[in-house]
Amino acid sequence: MSTAASAPLDGVRVVELADGWAANCGRILADLGADVVKVEPPSGDTARSRPPFIADRPGPDRGLWWIALNANKRGVTLDLAHPESHAVLRRLVERADVLLESDGPELAAYGVSPAVTSSWNERLIHTTITPYGSDGPLASAPASDLEVTAASGALWLAGDPGRAPVRTTLPQSPFWAGMAGAMGTLFAYLARGVTGRGQHVDTSAQASMVTATPPASVHWDTMREDHERLGQFLIGRSIVGAKFRNIWRCADGYISFAIQGGAIGRHTGTKLVEWMASRGEVPQILGAVDWQTFDNTTLTQDQVERLEAAIAPFFERLTRKEFFEGVVSRNMLGYPVSTVEDIEADPQLAARDFWQQVPVPEAGRSVAFPGGFALFDGERPRIRRPAPRLGEHNAEVYSSELGLGPAELAATRVGGTA
Amino acid sequence: MTDLAVAPSTGVSAPQALAGIRVVEIGFAAAGPLVGKYLANHGAEVIKLESRRAPDVFRSTYPPFKDNVPGPDRAAMFAFYNDGKRSITLDLKHPRGTEIARALIAKSDVLIESFPAGTMAKRGLAYDELVALNPGLVMLSSCNQGQTGPHAQHPGYGSQLTCLAGFVHLLGESDRAPVFLYGPYIDYIAVGYGVIAVLAALARRAATGRGTCIDLSQYEAGLQFMTPAFLEHQLNGTVPTRAGNDDPVAVPHGVYPSADDSRGDRWVALSVWSDEEWVRFRRAIGDPAWARDPRWDTAEGRRAHRADLDEHIAHWTRGRTRDAAVAALRAQGLRAAAVETISELFTDRQLAGRGFWRGLPHPVIGTVQCISAPFALSGTPSRQEQAGPTLGADNDHVFGTVLGMGEEERAALARDGVFS
Repeated sequence: MSTAASAPLDGVRVVELADGWAANCGRILADLGADVVKVEPPSGDTARSRPPFIADRPGPDRGLWWIALNANKRGVTLDLAHPESHAVLRRLVERADVLLESDGPELAAYGVSPAVTSSWNERLIHTTITPYGSDGPLASAPASDLEVTAASGALWLAGDPGRAPVRTTLPQSPFWAGMAGAMGTLFAYLARGVTGRGQHVDTSAQASMVTATPPASVHWDTMREDHERLGQFLIGRSIVGAKFRNIWRCADGYISFAIQGGAIGRHTGTKLVEWMASRGEVPQILGAVDWQTFDNTTLTQDQVERLEAAIAPFFERLTRKEFFEGVVSRNMLGYPVSTVEDIEADPQLAARDFWQQVPVPEAGRSVAFPGGFALFDGERPRIRRPAPRLGEHNAEVYSSELGLGPAELAATRVGGTA
Repeated sequence: MTDLAVAPSTGVSAPQALAGIRVVEIGFAAAGPLVGKYLANHGAEVIKLESRRAPDVFRSTYPPFKDNVPGPDRAAMFAFYNDGKRSITLDLKHPRGTEIARALIAKSDVLIESFPAGTMAKRGLAYDELVALNPGLVMLSSCNQGQTGPHAQHPGYGSQLTCLAGFVHLLGESDRAPVFLYGPYIDYIAVGYGVIAVLAALARRAATGRGTCIDLSQYEAGLQFMTPAFLEHQLNGTVPTRAGNDDPVAVPHGVYPSADDSRGDRWVALSVWSDEEWVRFRRAIGDPAWARDPRWDTAEGRRAHRADLDEHIAHWTRGRTRDAAVAALRAQGLRAAAVETISELFTDRQLAGRGFWRGLPHPVIGTVQCISAPFALSGTPSRQEQAGPTLGADNDHVFGTVLGMGEEERAALARDGVFS
């Protein structure tokens, strides 16, 4: 029976037989209340060996990616090379609502394809999350974050002109792929309510990252303009093709601000000039702007650059914190380029009780994780347990819940030994 | 009309995941409307509510426009972000406008709004009032900073919120100013989490009958994608910063110029993840003499002499097209990909094979290449038939058929400016 405090996906059972591409999908479903059982090979998920590690010392439970993306899950081991493993997997899948996997062709070769799993459990939602999707010429092509980002246009669009494109140093495509997989899984879960049947959800990390920069495609489609990386500048505001500075140097780093149109952009311009006036003189070119009728869509590049040159010295005298407090108090558009340290100190996040302390057993302490991604009737979904140790829930899942016999249990042990 | 048509090629109309779900969307730009788009693509009837005085900013403020001439029905961004929706116009500052909106929401399953916190309450559309009319209502409020807290009222654009959320500090070369990824990166993260929140709430409603009020801060949704960086700071005392294309494990790991462009601005992305892969990498590039130097045999050696290594690799890539370089590396089971330009995404065989791009008709613009979801559903595939609607295209259907208002009543309301 559901209570008022029930999490949205209470009672949903998920088996995650997957590497890093699906980890965020399992994490999201788990955060929403689903019981997610992560099935690892006896040697451990590859994410366990991904640096950085706690205190830079490797160890199966010390990898920060592992700790981050597997919180809220239970963990079991299964040796797919063991002859009984197929039967164990089948038992897990028969009682599950969702199977997440990221091996695609390899798992199919082992005998576990969407066609097979649906014969085990016709209500099963079988979600695959792979670099390029389950079909097509690249279905089996290996890729890491770098190649997926390259194949999605998101690498092409970042970097300084005249220099090599760059990717975000914290890999992003595993997050995008997992989020896309969770979207598809939940559509399929609702569809099951209509059709009574599960289905295959074929998720492509490449396609998921195309959705990180969609307006660029609109400019190509409509105007045959092939947008490129512009460093610190924005494009797509002007009908004459002007670009606008979006990243500016400040006294202790960088801030984000742009000359904008529309009601809020005009308010921002008006307030900026007032702010500058309160601290000294306003350059004539800025004082002469009539913000009530200001329209950024028709400015020429030269006009934009002259306005920006008049603003830049003002920002160079402000710290990130002064700029942040200044724009918030004036309801202006703009934010600092924050570090993780800045974000951890943001009063807005504290006021909303965003951070959640989660124990990290290997570190012997708790750490503030980003809390649930949204509030549901004022409740933030909780992280209920830290990422599992290797095989931590073998006894609980295999013996207590599935009631496996000794032959089957042999396939679940580290090294395949009983 | 946007009535669901039977796919002509198969003659079979597959069921849709959200068949029978009605959504009202009062949002603008990307973060709210893209949530509505994905719901529409999966069978929901999504009714986008705008006013003629202040339509969606993607109709008014953001190029490109058809023939570069602005106009609410000429805006390609709007057409792209709103495919499959119905459009109605209603003045929510007019008391009758609010009443009609409430009547429509009472007959709907989901309400999406993306105004700054407090705006809906000012219009008489607070969740507490609406849920009294419709106990099963799922309402998604998606805004910059969330509905509560000292910054709740602060408006913001996604390209700047992306900076606040730490992504931009992590993007660029270590000794240069940060760069940002083109547009409102964080908005699209909030879109995914917004869709997930709505679907999870609908799942719970199916089980319990209860609706849900969802408060989604785009900032907080974005920070989910930063989680390992916060752990690194707290556990190891380091503040992660941008490091170009470096990776802590793979070396080489980066982009290299190809023969596709005389200026060297067409790149191959490649990465080598172990010493065993390095042996295969040597084989892929023809095992030249330089590569046999034992200093390359270990990751430590390759990292210590990386500038040298990158130069050697660039020499190899410059001599061939991206496709040839990528093919040689993939033939050895290695990770490599062309750094695709935006126009190249439209001819990418992998994306095309998934039907990712959907050329959809629009009465003014012509055909608009819209995107489908990054997942494909085998049993209840998405259906996309019409680019974003012209302003007020579905007033007659929604006010007449859905709400049952007679022609005379509608004409009188129109005269009073309620539909403006």
